[in-house]
Amino acid sequence: MPLHFELVTPARLVRSEEVHMVEVPGAEGEFGVLEGHASFMSVVKDGPLKVYRTAGAAPEEIRIEGGFAEVSEKGLTVLAEHVAL
Amino acid sequence: MASLKELKGRINSVKSTQKITKAKQMVAAAKLRKAQSAAEAARPYGARLAEVMASLASKVAGQDSAPLLMRGTGAAQRHLLVVVNTDKGLCGGLNSNIVKEAKIQARALEAAGKDVAFYLVGKKGRAPLKREYPNAKTDGYDTSTVRTPGFDEASAIAHELIALFETGKFDVAHLIAPKFRSALVQDPHTAQLIPVPAPAVASTSDSVVEYEPGEEEILEALLPRYVTTQVFGALLEREASEQGASMTAMDNATRNAGELIQKLTIQYNRSRQAAITTELIEIIAGAEAL
Repeated sequence: MPLHFELVTPARLVRSEEVHMVEVPGAEGEFGVLEGHASFMSVVKDGPLKVYRTAGAAPEEIRIEGGFAEVSEKGLTVLAEHVAL
Repeated sequence: MASLKELKGRINSVKSTQKITKAKQMVAAAKLRKAQSAAEAARPYGARLAEVMASLASKVAGQDSAPLLMRGTGAAQRHLLVVVNTDKGLCGGLNSNIVKEAKIQARALEAAGKDVAFYLVGKKGRAPLKREYPNAKTDGYDTSTVRTPGFDEASAIAHELIALFETGKFDVAHLIAPKFRSALVQDPHTAQLIPVPAPAVASTSDSVVEYEPGEEEILEALLPRYVTTQVFGALLEREASEQGASMTAMDNATRNAGELIQKLTIQYNRSRQAAITTELIEIIAGAEAL
């Protein structure tokens, strides 16, 4: 089962897709989110967000600035103010 | 009766006015599409943020430890009206409607014995509101220096407002901005901005959510963002409303100019015909007299 991942900025919905895993730069340390992760919410610090499309694949890095990450039963939602692809 | 030359001059001047209004209408139509899609693209962020806010606020609401931005100062004496106007004219009654709404709100607050101050975004609201309330303190933010105000401008406005709030310059802030319904209808809309109204609690899931750092810290970081998003939304709505109103107003102006040209042309042709007829009569009368 893939993880539903959404990356949203005020200007647009940057990503909305099914991925394997996402590594998020949380304010209190990086954390990886896989399918079935417990409900969780964290402030995000500026840094690279790593998106793994499939297990073992090279990650795609997206730099994000200022925001939140929310994990719920629906998946992972990252709200960021600025995104640099 | 205007002379033929005068009529011709007037027809030409109306024609050039029509050219300008037509061009402005087409520009507005093109910009409207862009502004509308920008407003639509911004919706997911606002919706998600509101969801997160709702779930957090329901946990912290009512406690003394709730952040200042949510709790408020405890008083409701000094009100700040944040009025969002456009920077450019040629958009029909849009700005005067917004100013009218602001005046209604200000009057209602003053009738209730509150102090009213203004914070004006956009150029067009300044003069009429200053004329009406010369004594009220007015601050403002100039958005005319950038072509399309974006998130950075919204962020600057929100941070200035929050700074004013935290230094105790006002107790309650309302945001008055146009709401874009269609190219024909843009209603001014008032909403409370600060203290942040607790959003209606959506379906609270039973799942235990872990917060990192604590709930309050997250809420504290989230509230300024929420205010920024509200302001950003208002700026986008303003942009779409301005273009929509401009398009409609310019369409009307173009049509009116067309009607005027038609009338003037008929008048011109009649007078020309009358002049020719008079000349003919004179010639014939002269010939018969010989």
